[in-house]
Amino acid sequence: MKLLRGQSASSRARSILAYRGGMSRISLRGSSHLDLLATLPVHAIRLLFIFVFAIGANLSFAGVPKPVIDIAKPGSKCLAPPEVMRRTHMSMLLHQREKTLRLGERGAKVSLEGCIECHANKSNGSVLGSNQNFCQTCHAYVAVKVDCFECHQPSTGMVKTAGTKP
Amino acid sequence: MSEETTPDAAAVRDPARRAFLGVSATAAAAAAGFVALAPGVRLMELAQAQSSYPAAGQFASSKIRWGMLIDTTKCATGCTDCVTACNKENAIEPGSGRPAQSSQWIRKIELTEQAGGHRELSLPMMCQHCANPPCVDVCPTGASFKRADGIVLVDRHICIGCRYCMMACPYQARSFVHEPLHDQNPEVPRGQGCVESCTLCVQRIDRGQGPACVEACTQAGHGAMIFGDLNDPAGEIAKRIATTASSQVRADLRLDPGVRYQGI
Repeated sequence: MKLLRGQSASSRARSILAYRGGMSRISLRGSSHLDLLATLPVHAIRLLFIFVFAIGANLSFAGVPKPVIDIAKPGSKCLAPPEVMRRTHMSMLLHQREKTLRLGERGAKVSLEGCIECHANKSNGSVLGSNQNFCQTCHAYVAVKVDCFECHQPSTGMVKTAGTKP
Repeated sequence: MSEETTPDAAAVRDPARRAFLGVSATAAAAAAGFVALAPGVRLMELAQAQSSYPAAGQFASSKIRWGMLIDTTKCATGCTDCVTACNKENAIEPGSGRPAQSSQWIRKIELTEQAGGHRELSLPMMCQHCANPPCVDVCPTGASFKRADGIVLVDRHICIGCRYCMMACPYQARSFVHEPLHDQNPEVPRGQGCVESCTLCVQRIDRGQGPACVEACTQAGHGAMIFGDLNDPAGEIAKRIATTASSQVRADLRLDPGVRYQGI
């Protein structure tokens, strides 16, 4: 997964504003201390503006829609409380995939298929598709690419084949 | 796989232990007044046939060596039942108008003996699940690996699509996925940019079933393919190999393939 490390939407906005706010002009000109003293009030006002802007950007989050959780089987219990799942689901899946693929452990509690079975959307039976779908909605919100479904099946639609013993 | 990564021996999926447990369960059920469904049929087996995995904590056992025996005298020329079954099970579809690029996990080969009476021969060719797999030797990332029970797989999570393994495989068993895929089988994740090959239907084996190709061949009445544990002397495959001559394709390379052929 490609993480934009440690950056929330608000901190990104703040850093962009700070950069554009002309703070780097002093060093660009190679100016003296005198220059700095003379322009101090101007910089102070600019800084104040930046602060106001940053706070404003923080409060008005209208541009980034909040995640919408619409799941097929609500109410059924997940493996851990939501706050734990939000932080650790990726490492849970990472560790289990090694066990499943390389060691052949099946039927483990942690499974991507298990995620999909509960969290698929009511309308299209998938965790992807629009920003109303479980995986996509949060991953869009935090700007983290979800690579799982380039190979894994994101929907519950396909029926598993049954067969006979060897 | 190294021995260190093998989990606790007690937790290993061991057929002998399983059989013992099964027998004792039947005995217990009989003692408790339950009636067996039919001779040799137990609820447990029925449940396993209904596509359920064993409980968590059981791992592939190094005591098992999964293998296949193909009787080419029973393999009909022009019959592609195994290929069709494989494509269906693993959701392999021909690429968008470019069959040369589409994945091929199993293919039929037709041979004609040049000398004598021009004997015709037909056989399925797929990943031979070597004990000493050259694809695993050459893989630069460790994506190509051999499971404890002898199944050679690709870990797509770390495959970088370099295709070294395709060059190394003397059986040309591996394919590269050139285009984005959709509608995969949930149990068989496949995707663009990775190399893939026959998995012996590992998802079915872990449920206690056999590969789809073998099942199709048996159901169609050909009976040219049998699947089982090469290490189990009581199993049909080991018995057949012990009593009838069988050969390995490119035995000179000493790769010890898990797929054996009869009649070639």
